Amino acid sequence: MKIPYYPGCTLHERALDFDMASRECANALGVELEELPVWTCCGAVFPLTTDSVMDILAGVRNLAYASRMGDKVVTLCSFCYNVLKRSNKVIREDEEKREKANLFLKADTDERAEMESYLEQDYVGQVEVLHYIEMLRDVVGFDKVAKSLKTSLKGLRVAPYYGCMLLRPKKEMEFDDPERPTIFEDFLETLGCDVVDFPMKAECCGGFQIVRDEETAIACSQTVLSSAIKRDADLIITTCPLCLYNLDRKQKEMAKRVKGFTKIPVIYFTQLLGIALGIDEEHLDFSDNYVDPRPVLAGKKLV
Amino acid sequence: MEHRIGVFVCHCGTNIAGVVDVKRVAEELAKYPGVAYSTDYLYMCSDPGQNLVKDAIKEHGLTGVVVSACSPTLHEATFRRAGAAADLNQYRVEMANIREHCSWVHRGDKEMATEKAIKIIKTMIEKVKQNEALEPISVPMTHRAMVVGAGIAGIQAALDIANAGHDVVLVEKEPSVGGHMAQLSETFPTLDCSQCILTPKMVEVSQHPRIKLLTYCEIDDVSGYVGNFKVRIKKKAAYVNRDVCNGCGLCIEKCPAKTASEFDEGLSERKAIYTPFAQAVPNQPVLDRDHCIYFESGKCGVCQKVCPVDAIDYEQKDEFLDEEVGAIIVATGFDLYPIVNIGEYGGGDIKDVVTSLQFERLLSASGPTGGVVRRPSDGEIPKEVVFLTCVGSRDPEGHMPYCSKVCCMYLTKHAMLYKHNEHDGQAYVFYMDVRTPGKDYEEFYQRAAEEDDVLYIRGKVSKLFEEDGKVMVWGVDTLTGQKVEIAADMVVLGLAMVPSATATELAKMLKIQMNQWGFYSEAHPKLRPVESLAPGFYLAGAAQGPKDIPEVVAQASAAASKVCALFAEKEYHREPIVAWIDEDECAGCRICISVCPYDAIEFDDEKEVARVQEAICEGCGARIAACPSATAQQRNLTDDQLYMMVSAALED
Repeated sequence: MKIPYYPGCTLHERALDFDMASRECANALGVELEELPVWTCCGAVFPLTTDSVMDILAGVRNLAYASRMGDKVVTLCSFCYNVLKRSNKVIREDEEKREKANLFLKADTDERAEMESYLEQDYVGQVEVLHYIEMLRDVVGFDKVAKSLKTSLKGLRVAPYYGCMLLRPKKEMEFDDPERPTIFEDFLETLGCDVVDFPMKAECCGGFQIVRDEETAIACSQTVLSSAIKRDADLIITTCPLCLYNLDRKQKEMAKRVKGFTKIPVIYFTQLLGIALGIDEEHLDFSDNYVDPRPVLAGKKLV
Repeated sequence: MEHRIGVFVCHCGTNIAGVVDVKRVAEELAKYPGVAYSTDYLYMCSDPGQNLVKDAIKEHGLTGVVVSACSPTLHEATFRRAGAAADLNQYRVEMANIREHCSWVHRGDKEMATEKAIKIIKTMIEKVKQNEALEPISVPMTHRAMVVGAGIAGIQAALDIANAGHDVVLVEKEPSVGGHMAQLSETFPTLDCSQCILTPKMVEVSQHPRIKLLTYCEIDDVSGYVGNFKVRIKKKAAYVNRDVCNGCGLCIEKCPAKTASEFDEGLSERKAIYTPFAQAVPNQPVLDRDHCIYFESGKCGVCQKVCPVDAIDYEQKDEFLDEEVGAIIVATGFDLYPIVNIGEYGGGDIKDVVTSLQFERLLSASGPTGGVVRRPSDGEIPKEVVFLTCVGSRDPEGHMPYCSKVCCMYLTKHAMLYKHNEHDGQAYVFYMDVRTPGKDYEEFYQRAAEEDDVLYIRGKVSKLFEEDGKVMVWGVDTLTGQKVEIAADMVVLGLAMVPSATATELAKMLKIQMNQWGFYSEAHPKLRPVESLAPGFYLAGAAQGPKDIPEVVAQASAAASKVCALFAEKEYHREPIVAWIDEDECAGCRICISVCPYDAIEFDDEKEVARVQEAICEGCGARIAACPSATAQQRNLTDDQLYMMVSAALED
């Protein structure tokens, strides 16, 4: 089974490990992630202005590319998922913006000239934007995932961290209850882990504040981490490269600031899935993590 | 017949005369064919104004009257009475609305408004010319009422009707009467004990010679119409023979199966055979088969063995009773908004976060803790208690947009009672606005804040979570702009009031209207607050909208007095402006039967024609528009009349 795949910029640059692990897992589950032959940045942040269509064009353009390949597109990064899903909703529901966006797309020339045919028909929101975890649940099926597992993760205490972008705003994302999400818990139970439910699982990690107000961002991340650590989590999983950056990389600063700070590994959820599917460690690539998860995993005889 | 129509143009002070040239209108219409008399007056609805109409009818031998004034919903009845007093059939009196339909909407264009007023009046003159002299339709009536729901609203309504001398059937789905009020501890603003004021009324309804009390029963089907309802009631199998049971309670004592008590909101356990609470009325247990060992495994049977009067009957089936009544009061009450929907407050998973009704039980002397506030997780007495208002209310984005009206007051009462119990404890109330619009309510709130040191914090709480045996409260004080974090021992949620879970189903069965949140709709928000638009149905209590006990009782008594007013006549009289069918012309196509929303048309199989049941027809006009042969007509709104009215309006 082939599914169109939109990696987004970060998975081609800083989060190569996430991209690789996710493709490997998909393969092991009989799904080929078919990367869009041409794609651009999604826009990274969904615009708050509502009087212009320009700000969502990047997202819509990528969806239009995807519409040539199928009726779904899978993505992994929380920001990409948020922008694509909300842009798609605008196109589906706002007739005026739909018309305008299509006029812009028709005017696309230059290096994308070879793609002119992508607009044989208007883009009207015909593509369904799926997060990888939704693909696992709704396309592959958690039951099939369970049957494909090679390694038991029993006894591994994992805290699922959702962050903000997957869940909010509720009515636009329609992903899960933003106050009490459960999809990653269901996923972790499928893998046989001990799920650590912690109250900060959907609190903000600090996000882009890390660029201009590091103190605030680190304080946010630390609140999240402490809550999971306090509940004896062995590691935390996430699906957002920015969350991972704040939660993992910034533990260096936290350790300097807080006496007796206990570090905790934070990995992508597909890296954990990879372990359970018996995928070779080198294809999961833990080398980029600041807090190395391998000692914890080795302790449970998982690597 | 020679037409002698009288036209009476009202100034309505300056409401009409300020815009319309009323003198000219009266003069112009005096010349209109068929008009025998035309005049204007400052206030036609006043006593001298009405006399003007009466005198003119007699003096000029008028055959019809057009009062050109305001909307018929305001004064049609007034002038019909005036006409009747002068021996003119009341259905020959019509209103021409030149206020709402003309002067109010055409300020600044006197010429055009005057022309339009003249046209409006001409159309009504044409209508009156062909109006038949009708008499109200009289329908036989059963002078017996049904009240659905036996909370405080239903109890009050039933007692008032019964005390006025009419029989009442009071139906309650739970095993006992009393409703939510029976669960409450003390009541604001007087702090009198809820049970003390309620239980005497509960006993009274059960013993009143004119009240037939049917507990553990549900409405199964309703047919008929005002004055003549037929109601089928399902008497749910209680597996206890209620004719024999003497309420000794031995079965309850010996029953080995336990489950969560609904009455204590899950804070204690009850047996599988149970009465909801010690003061239940009737004091006869019912058997809950879902939690009964006998029904699960066929073993046990202890209750049957110990019963001294052989009242336990495992073979009992649901029974159906048929009752005939003339009016129905719906008083089905409220539920709390489901806590599971409030994810940010733990969705019900945090033990020491309780609902307002749970806290009532903790405060109640008959509650699971004997009136000592103890937190559910470990039974400790909490020292820091946080009360949250507007949980699920006033939240158009996520939950209910409306104000639940009573939460500010009961949370103030909660905080106060808690402080009376625990002098060294701290009570916090997070609020959006403290709404205290009731007699002595503001003083009650002031007392809580000033004498009982309840700390009011203006702001919402964003999150509750468990940490180290405490409930962490993340909130904001919007008056200081500060984040507030409280490590509370217990949190009480003032959850929104929503209509009872069964309300929607019942409304569909009764064909009465609801608003978008499922509260029953009144016929008019100000002037007919206790009647449904559907004739014969009356509303009482929180089923119509969130309200407190005094308001519920007042509304219940109002609904009861409406029923008594209905029953004051031997027969039910209704407007004769209904559909009729010319049986000679009717082709029997039955299209009208399919469009009638009131099931008011029956089909005569012998003659193969449709026939209107005048007692049911609401005169909505749907079937008249639908009739392909124009055989169906509305009385005093015939096609001929409409044609003449339209012609008059279009005439140059």
